[in-house]
Amino acid sequence: MKLTLARKKSIVGLIFVMPFLIGFTFFIAYGIITTVRMSFSDVIVAGATSGVEMSWNNFVNYINAFTVHPTFPEVLGTSILNMIIDVPLIIFFSLFMALLINQKFRGRTIVRAIFFMPVILGAPAIANALLAARAMMVGGVSPASPEVMASLGSNLNVDVNYYLYMLSDLAIPETLIGYIVDAVHRINNIIIASGVQIVIFLAALQSIPPTVYEAAKIEGATPYETFWLITFPMVSPLILTNVVYTIIDSFTTSPVVTLSYSTIFSDYNYGLGSVFSLISSLAVCLILVIVALILGKRTFYQT
Amino acid sequence: MQSLSKKFNQLKNDPTISSKRGRAERKLKEWVFALFRTALVLGISYVILSPLIGIIASSFFSNEDNYNPIVYLIPQSPTLERYITSIMRMDYFTVLGNMMLYVVGLTVLQVIVCSMAGYGFARFNIPFKRVLFACVIITIVLPSHTIMYPLYTTFQTFNPLGIVGLFNEGSSVNLLGTPWPVIIMTALGVGLRSGLYIFIFNQFFRGLPKEIEEAALIDGAGNIRTYLQVMMPNATAAIVTVTIFSVVWQYNDNFLGRLFNVSDDILLSRRIGSLQATIANLDQIRDPSITTLYVYAGVVLMILPLLLIYIFMQKHLIEGIERSGIVG
Repeated sequence: MKLTLARKKSIVGLIFVMPFLIGFTFFIAYGIITTVRMSFSDVIVAGATSGVEMSWNNFVNYINAFTVHPTFPEVLGTSILNMIIDVPLIIFFSLFMALLINQKFRGRTIVRAIFFMPVILGAPAIANALLAARAMMVGGVSPASPEVMASLGSNLNVDVNYYLYMLSDLAIPETLIGYIVDAVHRINNIIIASGVQIVIFLAALQSIPPTVYEAAKIEGATPYETFWLITFPMVSPLILTNVVYTIIDSFTTSPVVTLSYSTIFSDYNYGLGSVFSLISSLAVCLILVIVALILGKRTFYQT
Repeated sequence: MQSLSKKFNQLKNDPTISSKRGRAERKLKEWVFALFRTALVLGISYVILSPLIGIIASSFFSNEDNYNPIVYLIPQSPTLERYITSIMRMDYFTVLGNMMLYVVGLTVLQVIVCSMAGYGFARFNIPFKRVLFACVIITIVLPSHTIMYPLYTTFQTFNPLGIVGLFNEGSSVNLLGTPWPVIIMTALGVGLRSGLYIFIFNQFFRGLPKEIEEAALIDGAGNIRTYLQVMMPNATAAIVTVTIFSVVWQYNDNFLGRLFNVSDDILLSRRIGSLQATIANLDQIRDPSITTLYVYAGVVLMILPLLLIYIFMQKHLIEGIERSGIVG
């Protein structure tokens, strides 16, 4: 059999992707199918060894999620709203910081290590250990909420609120102070949530060949032009990556996922919990498709 | 010629370029910028480090320091007891050694499989490419707890397409309690955050100029050789990035390791999770505010190797790329 070059190339491509496709089919797709089945069923946990029993109940779980469950629609809404507010801030902040610490200055190895710390501190095992330790101190088991993880250690460091509320002694109105406190807290969360993005942007900046900058310098480009005409287009493929990552990261730590988790593992309601995760995942996928369509056209690929 | 020399004179007399004042102005500008940068970096570093400072400081607290309300950050009678006990109870060095072997193995596997998939998606016209790439996205988006139950049962009675049964007299094997489920999933590109790495590699490869691999193909290199000898060296920045993330997240994995009940002789992450209870029971320390100090010491012990790996990779690999400027 004679194959055309294009056919041959697509087969080679398939070989490259094959391991992932097999894994996806066996584990993820199978998992999704099971979850979809659960979402249409009454699921009874029959015991630790014998697994679960499912009985078909049409759309009852879906209807319950939107009409009976007291908080799901609201939680889904706030999760998505928070995501839309935070994503641009995180992207701008992390690009800015990556540009800043990509410059040559003394001690930049240490600074880069420091900016990597949120990635380590936010990683599940360490974050959970700290969280559990703190929960023991307060007493009782606290839900592993990401907000708590983000503000990790706030009772150890200097209490910013205390200093900010000292302003009220200067007769500054309470609402204004409240706003400042809010802003400070959001900054904190954004810094903590930007660790991964900064590392990705750093890698992108570092893979821009220095010769391009030299050429631009010889041609007399201003720093402003250099940024918009060289740096920005060259990192644009990874802006898309970072936007996608930020959306997903913000989703996987959002209240709606926590709600789904607790519905399954605290209330043992597999059916309803599956509906929550399926619907919210679908919503996020939709957002991703829209974002990819908007950004994809503006992304610069060297071809 | 004449106009050139005229221009040269013009430039020479331009106050912003040649005069002392202009130079001083430029110096001042640079200095102000450096000051601004230092202030910003210091401020943000503080925000990032503040919880860590508290953790490190408290890990040296003795019991008296812990109960003394006057002590803040600087212990009066510092002790290494927290570290010594934590190292003993976590079996730190043995488990760390095992863990490193496990993590490095998984990371290598993950980088190979994910870069292959990323390259495949970036450069080849695969049928139904969009649909297949959507699968990558779904892998990233899907909250991991959603598919916990199916994954668990899959590996409890592991027998894909009856292949295992052929070697095992028709019955399935239970892989739970061994590292195999994680290894199998990683090798098949659906390990811990594999989807994200495929995405990163895909974007990186798409960002590379096409000429370099066209040149290799014209020179007669096969597709696999092009991938290994041309594309991979050019994607060093991506490889380093993915390696760093992969190491950190595998090392800190709290999901797959627990779900498949991988032994805590391999997983330091499970040891740290149970450290507080271990110390409360074995050392008969009941006060949670004291046992927390041991957890802090354990956390510092867990962070240290990661930080060293990161600094090493940043210094030797990334700055190596900068010097040689492989790309382009």
